[in-house]
Amino acid sequence: MKNIAGQKPALLWATHLAVAFMVILWIIPTFGLLVSSFRTGDQISTSGWWKSLFATEQVEGFRIASPEDQVQEGDLYVIEGNVFTDGGAEANTLSAWGTSSRDVSAYAPGDVAELRDGGTITIAENGDYRLENSEPFEGSRGERVFGTVSEPPTFTLENYDRVLFSGSSTDGMQKAFLNTMTVTIPATVIPILIAAFAAYALAWMDFPGRALLIAGVVALLVVPLQLALIPLLKLHLNIGIGKGYMGVWLAHTGFGLPMAVYLLRNYIAGLPRDIIENARVDGATEFQIFTRIILPLSFPALASFAIFQFLWTWNDLLVAKVFLIDASGQTTVMTNQIVELMGTRGGDWEILATAAFVSIAVPLLVFFFMQKYLVRGLLAGSVK
Amino acid sequence: MAPALQGLLTIVIGISVCIGYFLGSNLLLDTLFPPRGPRAGRNINIANMVRPWLFLFPAMFALGLYLAYPVVETLRLSLTERVPGGGYVWAGLDNYIQMANEPKFWEAIINNMLWLLVVPGLATVFGLLAAQLTDRIKWGNIAKSIIFMPMAISFVGASVIWKLVYDARPAGQEQIGILNAIVVALGGQPETWLTIPFWNNFFLMAVLVWIQTGFAMVILSAALRGIPEETIEAAIVDGANPMQIFFKIKVPQIKGTIMVVWTTTTIIVLKIFDIVFAMTNGQWGTQVLANYMYAKLFVARDWGVGSASAIVIMVLVLPILVWNVRNARKEMN
Repeated sequence: MKNIAGQKPALLWATHLAVAFMVILWIIPTFGLLVSSFRTGDQISTSGWWKSLFATEQVEGFRIASPEDQVQEGDLYVIEGNVFTDGGAEANTLSAWGTSSRDVSAYAPGDVAELRDGGTITIAENGDYRLENSEPFEGSRGERVFGTVSEPPTFTLENYDRVLFSGSSTDGMQKAFLNTMTVTIPATVIPILIAAFAAYALAWMDFPGRALLIAGVVALLVVPLQLALIPLLKLHLNIGIGKGYMGVWLAHTGFGLPMAVYLLRNYIAGLPRDIIENARVDGATEFQIFTRIILPLSFPALASFAIFQFLWTWNDLLVAKVFLIDASGQTTVMTNQIVELMGTRGGDWEILATAAFVSIAVPLLVFFFMQKYLVRGLLAGSVK
Repeated sequence: MAPALQGLLTIVIGISVCIGYFLGSNLLLDTLFPPRGPRAGRNINIANMVRPWLFLFPAMFALGLYLAYPVVETLRLSLTERVPGGGYVWAGLDNYIQMANEPKFWEAIINNMLWLLVVPGLATVFGLLAAQLTDRIKWGNIAKSIIFMPMAISFVGASVIWKLVYDARPAGQEQIGILNAIVVALGGQPETWLTIPFWNNFFLMAVLVWIQTGFAMVILSAALRGIPEETIEAAIVDGANPMQIFFKIKVPQIKGTIMVVWTTTTIIVLKIFDIVFAMTNGQWGTQVLANYMYAKLFVARDWGVGSASAIVIMVLVLPILVWNVRNARKEMN
């Protein structure tokens, strides 16, 4: 049925255009930061990132080597060299040149021009020049020429090198990256098992108060974790955990559980009744049913939740700030490090962009490879 | 010990303890009340009564300690005052009154209301649009992936991304933020978007709309596909145009899902912290409740007022909480 509307070509075109517009709007901000992370600080602050994708053309002035460098070839005095040598950019090309600032593109590459003080000059496309004169060149300074230079896009990996491997405590993300991993992995794994058992009980065991407990889980799903900050910090300080990894693991486990229980219960409750009842009739214990039947069958739901919890703990700032990061700064995570960079090095886009991309890269990889599970989890997890 | 090792060890210990607990407690139950022998029937009944609670205990304990208890404790803290030298005294509504006298608090409330008006609505509308349009074209799945992608990006990462978009250089200099570059190319003056009073809120909201649209699109796209074909066929036979089909046939049928998307985004908006914290930290009139609370708790160290503002967030969430619970119960019956 969906091609009915599409039979009108104008409407189909409008759809294509509208979607293309939206896609461009959605991708451009991220793409801009990605491009910026491969540019030097100078490049970022002098031109917009979108310009770096194309060759840039600009008029530059050059000074030819001084007459001291002239050599005698037969009865000609010659000065040779390359206008780009001091710039070091070998891929630059010259599209026009001139000998006077009043007419900077008077000649095409390869043309021969007369010099005011006598002699001729020619400049090739790659910047090689040759001055010829029948008499020796005089003066102490070289001739001045102008050229329209086109520079190809240049990118660098230097920023990533600096952010990932320099070990600098302000710019480096090495330690923060490891810390984020240390927070994320246990905080993703631990809630799964706890939640799976509870979800099974809520889905397939009959006991008084079950409906009430499910309602409770649904209610806790939306309790803002802001409420939990102070009481739990107090609790952690009182029982001696203090600020540290143990505290942040426990907090993430607690905050992730309502979603985990809700999502897994919905999925497990949807498993076919026959399988479970047959197993019960065959004398399997509830524990066996859970480990041998429910867990393997629930893999898609477990994967969905794991991805959610991973993204959420990896991207979290607030919980880490409250339960983990102490004054020593040894346990900083990437999100916190980036916020600090924004404060201290707000203008240094090359470091900021690269640091942000290092932190974004892992969730993006997870996103693109496991999108299927993510979508499935979203559909099951939104309270209907 | 290196934290990474400690992490690994915690995973191993955590999982072993979990498995040990579930295995051990179930074994213990079966040993105490064996499902055989002269009292097998009675034993099975007792075991069946106890076992669900064995399965539930760790989760319920963690939920109770980490989410339910804090609600009560925060409410208590919001009614008390810390006295120098330690200890708390009953303060009644003092914290709330003090909060109500702060202009920053009202700024946060008004801004939060603005966010509530704008973000869930825009995210849902864009999501619905994207869902409807991408379903009709061949490269729709790629388009969906791209629109969905910001979901994976942290609020902090998104803040950096958008700060570059909003970057401003003095007039006459080359602009490196794409928004100002466009404005200048169209003949306008560059603006420092994040410091324009009132309107800067909308530039922050754009970031969340950008993130949340993908979520709305995914959910609504699934709902659109679930609409029975017959209803659309009937509408076409009756001569409805595509606009009418969309607004009069499709949208009413997915109203429930639209509400789900709306409320879910509303909750996220009420808790919004990272974007404001990272981009403006509440300066230039962009304060929101969650950031106000953070500032009270960890900068001003005023736990009483901080807890009071957390309770305000809770009260705002409450209607949605009740609505969700009622819906969930309806669905189960």
